[in-house]
Amino acid sequence: MDILVLVKRVPDTESKIRINRETNSVVEEGLNFILSPYDEYAMEEALRIKGAKGGKVVAVTVGRDESLVILRKCLAMGADEAVLIKDPLPETYDGLRTARIIARFVQAKYPDARLLLFGKQSVGADNSQVPAMVAELLGIGQANVVVKLEVEGETATALREIEGAQEKVFLTLPAVVSAQKGLNEPRYETLKGIMMAKKKEIPIVSIEELGFKPDELAPQLAIIKMDQPPARQAGRVVTGVAEETARQLVEYLHTEAKII
Amino acid sequence: MILTYIETREKKIKKSSLEALSEARRKAAELGTEAAAVLVGTGIEGLAAELSSYGASKVYVLESGSLDRYSTQDYAAALAGLVKKLCPAAVFFSATAMGKDLAPRLAARLGVGLASDCTQVSAGDGGLEFTRPIFAGKALLTFRLTSSPQVVSLRPNVFPLAPAAAAGEVIRETVEIPATTARAEVTEILQESGGEIDVTEADIVISGGRGMKGPENFELLREISALIPRSAVGASRSAVDSGWIGHQHQVGQTGKTVSPNLYLAFGISGAIQHLAGMSSSKVVVAVNKDPDAPIFKVADFGVVGDLFQVIPPLKEELKKLRG
Ligand SMILES: Cc1cc2nc3c(=O)[nH]c(=O)nc-3n(C[C@H](O)[C@H](O)[C@H](O)COP(=O)(O)OP(=O)(O)OC[C@H]3O[C@@H](n4cnc5c(N)ncnc54)[C@H](O)[C@@H]3O)c2cc1C
Ligand SMILES: Nc1ncnc2c1ncn2[C@@H]1O[C@H](COP(=O)(O)O)[C@@H](O)[C@H]1O
Repeated sequence: MDILVLVKRVPDTESKIRINRETNSVVEEGLNFILSPYDEYAMEEALRIKGAKGGKVVAVTVGRDESLVILRKCLAMGADEAVLIKDPLPETYDGLRTARIIARFVQAKYPDARLLLFGKQSVGADNSQVPAMVAELLGIGQANVVVKLEVEGETATALREIEGAQEKVFLTLPAVVSAQKGLNEPRYETLKGIMMAKKKEIPIVSIEELGFKPDELAPQLAIIKMDQPPARQAGRVVTGVAEETARQLVEYLHTEAKII
Repeated sequence: MILTYIETREKKIKKSSLEALSEARRKAAELGTEAAAVLVGTGIEGLAAELSSYGASKVYVLESGSLDRYSTQDYAAALAGLVKKLCPAAVFFSATAMGKDLAPRLAARLGVGLASDCTQVSAGDGGLEFTRPIFAGKALLTFRLTSSPQVVSLRPNVFPLAPAAAAGEVIRETVEIPATTARAEVTEILQESGGEIDVTEADIVISGGRGMKGPENFELLREISALIPRSAVGASRSAVDSGWIGHQHQVGQTGKTVSPNLYLAFGISGAIQHLAGMSSSKVVVAVNKDPDAPIFKVADFGVVGDLFQVIPPLKEELKKLRG
């Protein structure tokens, strides 16, 4: 069974984000980039399914040359292949554009993939768009925000998180599944894996090769500005006897903030 | 027209859908157009009256046996059919679990962009402008969508409810749902114990971190929650990873983003990834024994003290208030 894992390079979650107001974009200088945390769960799940059922795991990203690093990480974790789809544009925040590229790639290069694994959200863009859009463009089923996945022959059962409950989703393959924290505990790369990953060749596919005409991929999003949110101000702090501080707190909530 | 998708669970309308409808009506008024709503499912026509009391001038009801249970594919197909017929300027969703599942599927089906999880919508000269947090709230992105209709999802608990009477004509629509071979079907819904409300939907979130010391002490937070209507218990990742509480309670960058009226943090240091999930709360209160804990930098009210000593009198004070 062939499994594609769609991965993205994103700034470390610890990062302080600085904005270039001229270009309305994030200053990349000084940022540490990682494989998006949810994509790591997707990657781990693919490796576990492969371990149990056999097949091939392919890590795929749409991005610039910088993204080769996260593909190497996927190879080091145990992916059999990795592909970079080279996108000339920096972050567009446009999920449909990315989804169109991925869907076309899957049709052209991996039409027999049975499972497409994603993160539930790319850390940074925080869109939660691409997995569902790819599923729609390919006309296949989807289960998003998944915390448990069982593959059985040509079907799969996924548990997905909704408010205060879980939905059990029955899928026929091929299907799109996006990973939530809780799905598994990602493995660390082994030294051997890292060495092997260094030697593997990573094919690069261009947008033109996928047959896109230039205007077909115009972003659907026109950015007006990027801002820092207003910083929260530190308020009052009380110390002292617990009974007294508790009373002050409730008084604040009741009479001043009028919440309780 | 701005069309708002109304989510129902167990034949009840979600509050966050009413928030989306309220915002749709405000923007429709600014743009000089009308706000309409759409219900999808079975046995839901009776809910239309509630929608007119939130300003929906028309309520479309897409009823069909095959829409009884939520299915992304069928719901997206049904909605796409209606959208093609009505040609609304925008379609609003609430960015709930269902909204995040359905809105991108509809947008892709229509071949248009999606503004997801927006916290602000403004009507400018060139149409609607959207603002949404990116990098877990460390930055805000403001943009327009260049395609039409504009598909939009709104973060729950951000947009105020605005009841307003409207004519509320109910229009039943028949829908064609194409048969598909590749399927995804919800076969079961497993309720969390006790049917507690989710942290993303609660008006007040009471969270505990590593300072709670163990799973049994989360009972203290549940006791506080029992004294406050529409509240839910949240947690830091440390508490979740220690196995003290389920990860559906986790607030933060790899957990849930919450925007309650009040966020109470007990024994949480305030790591950047935690702040990412709760900084859009209206009021933040922290109880921590370390006066230098970063959480105090974002707290409107801070109590420096041992949470195990503060919680018992806090419960007494809350009980007094309730009379
Ligand atoms: C990729 C990534 C994603 C992450 N995502 C998240 C996320 O989504 N959510 C999240 O929360 N974290 C996340 N983290 C983890 C984050 O960095 C912190 O480690 C975590 O938030 C710390 O949790 P804490 O505040 O409960 O624990 P600590 O940092 O250990 O703080 C415990 C606090 O309790 C106080 N305390 C102890 N005892 C008492 C007492 N008796 N009375 C009062 N106060 C007391 C201490 O003074 C301290 O401030 C993420 C990290 C990474 C790398
Ligand atoms: N540029 C990209 N290349 C490959 N996969 C992507 C890319 N962007 C998003 N994805 C996938 O889609 C998921 C959700 O991303 P998003 O819709 O941006 O929140 C991510 O976790 C990835 O699995």
